[in-house]
Amino acid sequence: MILIAERINAGFKDIADALREREKGPVQEWARRQAGQGADYLDVNIGAISKEPSDMRWMVEAVQEAVSTPICVDSTRVEVLKAGLNAGDGRPFLINSTTADPGKLEQVVPLAAEHGASLIGVAMDQRGSPQDVDRRVENAAQIFAVATDAGLSPEQIFLDPILMPVRFMQEQGPNVLEAITQYTMLSDPPPHISVGLSNIRSQTSQKKLIARTFAVMAMARGLDAAICDVMDDGLLDAIATAELVLNKEIYSDAYLKAFRMKKGAS
Amino acid sequence: MAMTIPEAKRNWTGKINSVTIGAGSEDGGTRTSVITVGGATSLPFYHFEGEFPHRPVVAMEVWDVPAEEWPEVVQEPFADVMGDPGAWAQKCVEEHGADLIALRLQGCDPSGADRSPEEAAKAARAVLEAVGVPLVVWGCGNVDKDNDVFPAVAEALSGENCLLGTITEDNYKTLTALGTAYGHKLIAESPVDINIAKQVNILALDAGYPMENLVMYPSTGALGYGIEYVYSIMERSRIAALQGDKAMALPILCDLGVQVWKAKEARASADELPGWGDVAARGPMWEAATAYTYLVAGADVLVMRHPQAVRATRKAIERLMGEGGQS
Repeated sequence: MILIAERINAGFKDIADALREREKGPVQEWARRQAGQGADYLDVNIGAISKEPSDMRWMVEAVQEAVSTPICVDSTRVEVLKAGLNAGDGRPFLINSTTADPGKLEQVVPLAAEHGASLIGVAMDQRGSPQDVDRRVENAAQIFAVATDAGLSPEQIFLDPILMPVRFMQEQGPNVLEAITQYTMLSDPPPHISVGLSNIRSQTSQKKLIARTFAVMAMARGLDAAICDVMDDGLLDAIATAELVLNKEIYSDAYLKAFRMKKGAS
Repeated sequence: MAMTIPEAKRNWTGKINSVTIGAGSEDGGTRTSVITVGGATSLPFYHFEGEFPHRPVVAMEVWDVPAEEWPEVVQEPFADVMGDPGAWAQKCVEEHGADLIALRLQGCDPSGADRSPEEAAKAARAVLEAVGVPLVVWGCGNVDKDNDVFPAVAEALSGENCLLGTITEDNYKTLTALGTAYGHKLIAESPVDINIAKQVNILALDAGYPMENLVMYPSTGALGYGIEYVYSIMERSRIAALQGDKAMALPILCDLGVQVWKAKEARASADELPGWGDVAARGPMWEAATAYTYLVAGADVLVMRHPQAVRATRKAIERLMGEGGQS
């Protein structure tokens, strides 16, 4: 499971304040903490408070000073993504994200190809978020086709079927799971399949339990990446256990420790 | 019409650890040769796919006491040196080309000669001084006695970067401490059980002993005696390691002489088994065939006994490494 750590996001007040004050401390502290948990990528998002490419550059540089973990630049704005990529020091990058909107694909896919970055493709289009399985698959297939045409390998492509809050859109749960199954059939080897895990738990009374439960159910269908709360040890334990059950890891009594070791957790 | 042959190569992400045994003078030891094993980036001998920077090696077994329980066929080549571990080791290196000497402190066994830690240390020093190759040192297999013996032995071999064994799931604290204190590598043993193999490696790490200093010993079955179980465990652990499982990315040692020479196929005379041929040829062949099987399963260190089997195995390693002759 590829863990993309979600916490360096100006949607959180401490990160928003840090960005406004150009105070690296909190950004770097979260970079270290999440890297220490074994994150494969650190998501970096300047949030709704800023549209400035220079803010993304500053944040990426701050993270790079603190840790060597790969970075996931997260923005709906192409200029912001570009600034993040240009600030890169040579470590692997993941772009979050493109949609199936042709105008968006046209701009973001070449960016991934040019920088040798991986790319998250969210299965929405100009009409918005899909409400059924078919459009989730159609949009993902469209993104996959454009990205592979541009030279990206399946290993560089992360398809996101769009997870929705269970509290408000309960009927979408099964649709997301079915879309994941279908994504695994797009190619051999298949592309990565990723979700924004915390979406599902929004405004619920059992946030952690709901995220963990969805994670293991989706892993059984083929999910192999998630933007998630890597500080939740219970989530990491659930993921490690799901990998055992799926025969992706060899059992040992200390398998929870082995999982963290494999992730390079400190 | 031209057929396209599908690409069969795999891109593994993992790599087997490289482990060096023995220390030369520049590293504070006295060895004239040191051995590095491991480093593979693919399944055994898939030269088209990965790198094999270090070839598998053969350690020849030497005892601190005469190996009277060995069958005649394998005692005979050492008849003149049994009882003198130094001379025995020398013979293995000079006449039979052993890459390492595996000293088994069988004489310490309480149900046998019950020799003291000091006597064991003396035997270890005698072997160390007699040869320039690195040493592997095994206890007698009695856990309590081995824990008494190893402090003296590890100290007597201090700084020589020997390979000591074994640690197990239930007994790892003494040797991990000694390995750290006196600069030795360790053998992590498990009873034909991949889950325990992984567990022992993690336990050693928990005890502060780096996994990069361990060699894994998954137990050995002789040809005809469970070899397929061990083979599949070695194969599975190697695949897991190449897929990135660091707790499985250890070089593998197979202590096979001890198992082979218990098998009736290697011991029984032609009188007892009519039609099976002369045991003087059959025994070494049984050992060589067992060794070959473990080589292709992924063994990095083979602990063996009979000079003819060792010779055949060394040739097989050359061929498998593409170092001459047909591969």
